Amino acid sequence: MFELETAANPQKLRRVAIDPVSRVEGHGKVTLLLDEDRKVHQVRLHIVEFRGFEVFIEGRPFWEVPVTVQRLCGICPVSHHIAAVKAMDIIAGAKQIPPTAEKLRRLMHYGQILQSHALHFFHLCSPDLLLGFDSDFTRRHILTVAEQHPEIAKQGILLRKFGQEVIRHTSGKRIHGTGAIPGGMNKALTVAERDELRRDVDQMIAWSKGAVDLVKQMHLTKPAFYNRFGEFDSNLMGLVDERGALDFYHGGLRATDADRRILFDHLDYARYEEVIDEQAKPWSYMKFPHLRSLGEEKGWYRVGPLARVAAADFLSTELANQERTEMMAVGNGRPPHGTLLYHWARLIEVLHSAELIRDLLDDPEILGTDLMADFGPRQEGMREGVGVIEAPRGTLFHHYRVGEDDLVKFCNLIVSTTNNNQAMNEAIRHVARTFIDGNEVTEGLLNHIEVAIRAYDPCLSCATHALGKMPLEVDLVAPDGQLLSRRQRNMTGTAG
Amino acid sequence: MPPPLAAKPKLKIATTSLSGCFGCHTSLCDIDERILELAEVAEFDRSPLTDIKHCSAHVDIGLIEGSVCNAENVHVLREFRASCKILVALGACAVNGGLPASRNALDVADCLQRVYCERGVGRHQVPNDPELPLLLDKVRPINEVVRIDYFIPGCPPSGDAIWKFLTDLIAGRMPRLEHGLLRFD
Repeated sequence: MFELETAANPQKLRRVAIDPVSRVEGHGKVTLLLDEDRKVHQVRLHIVEFRGFEVFIEGRPFWEVPVTVQRLCGICPVSHHIAAVKAMDIIAGAKQIPPTAEKLRRLMHYGQILQSHALHFFHLCSPDLLLGFDSDFTRRHILTVAEQHPEIAKQGILLRKFGQEVIRHTSGKRIHGTGAIPGGMNKALTVAERDELRRDVDQMIAWSKGAVDLVKQMHLTKPAFYNRFGEFDSNLMGLVDERGALDFYHGGLRATDADRRILFDHLDYARYEEVIDEQAKPWSYMKFPHLRSLGEEKGWYRVGPLARVAAADFLSTELANQERTEMMAVGNGRPPHGTLLYHWARLIEVLHSAELIRDLLDDPEILGTDLMADFGPRQEGMREGVGVIEAPRGTLFHHYRVGEDDLVKFCNLIVSTTNNNQAMNEAIRHVARTFIDGNEVTEGLLNHIEVAIRAYDPCLSCATHALGKMPLEVDLVAPDGQLLSRRQRNMTGTAG
Repeated sequence: MPPPLAAKPKLKIATTSLSGCFGCHTSLCDIDERILELAEVAEFDRSPLTDIKHCSAHVDIGLIEGSVCNAENVHVLREFRASCKILVALGACAVNGGLPASRNALDVADCLQRVYCERGVGRHQVPNDPELPLLLDKVRPINEVVRIDYFIPGCPPSGDAIWKFLTDLIAGRMPRLEHGLLRFD
């Protein structure tokens, strides 16, 4: 089984917890078990919350789902919105949506990637990279970055703002908008909106390029450290178009092994269940997916910026593709596998998104008003749909079946962060072995573990979509805090 | 002209998310470059934006997004109440349970099994570990657990609404969200 996942004699070991993991989105904690000699025996990332979307979405009309499921996540709501609506296009009988509608969805999605990546890098991660992993923890945050590196912080804030404005103009709101509907879009882009975004986009491309340069400079100061921190081999997965270029919105699934040898390519994502299985473990609400062909221990994989930039053959915009070539050279012919290189790849994707946004804004078709598909008669057998996109954190699967009454009767979600579950656990075990094993456990060293988790940009809000079976506990508490009564129910569902 | 946001020492603002989607924190970031103005008069205490994992003893303003779904949420919420002079329910989940409360219509024990045991073909098991906090069988708004001073509706409230609320409060005015800022979607 996986090294350091389960200690042989946990009862004799000292528990150290990082609770909550901070500067990530959502709730998680890390526990370590150490012996008297400070040797590490067990390291786990626990996802401690659950919300139950997959179940309570059942019974709802299919057309409201793209709006509802974005509440899985307030940071990448557009990802869930679009993955769900792509599934619902199929269920509604719209084989093809009009070109303008697809371009508007793409515009919204690229805005999403830009804002989410900028938020992650500048607001959440840059304090580690710019102030130091073991700098004063009370001051390790974006406002200190703003004091010490005002220009970098300001550009990050404004890049993110631009991404949010792209989303607002295409969906009506910055967060939880309603732009996409089964069969198309419900709002055209006006000339004034296009012009407003077009006015700023060249500046955004320049700042994105600056951000890539920033992370390259950091890498140059300590290349061995950056390459080897949390470095381990893994399979890689992402969506590619028919030419093999990375496509954030639509494409076929590609998976490669650690040496970038193809495991499957251009696979119709509606067939995802044939290639991916999910494993539950008792100590986390987040499942552990793996490729069926390789099995549970060899088949886990990575998704997200580093994995998809490496798995694709190229990026379709000029500046981002040059940067990809430079980053890939780090691996000397192999894909780079260091955890911190996720930041580099993520900023290349920021640049790629900004270029893609510019190209769409320059396309006259973006101002079109033909936004809805022509629906034919509903076909039998069209009551099932799978929608997949490349969300900021990686490949995102939404799978629905509806009944004769058009109400959802089955929903399965494999969110991006779930796809990286094993990888994050491998990363923190690698870091624990390198930095914690045998040493005094300090705040700074524990932050090294969090640095490894943050590099994957986990969205633990998204990851808490499923329901888990747990003993239930209900406290009835008076407004003054006094406990009035407590009821518990055990695993078999009987009240106690 | 509102009075300048001058105060010393800096106010402490703590934030947390219970069972929510982080949309309200994203909205807080949607004050955009005004966060630098806020930094001149306030500092963040415990928050997902900092590495301070427990509230200081005296926090001036606590912002809470998300509803109460497990025992850990209750614990965090009580810690916030004990530490914060002013506690604010931020957004639909904190105010009335929001979308997570959709599970209240279900028998949780029955449907929990479905996700972990009826999907995929791997070794099925339902998470059950002392490290995972006990779940409440109903999702609750935060005012059912502790006393709340202000409620800001919206899913999420906009960045402009949060800014107006905070600047009013910091300047010593009764916070007012007029039409346009006060919304429920």
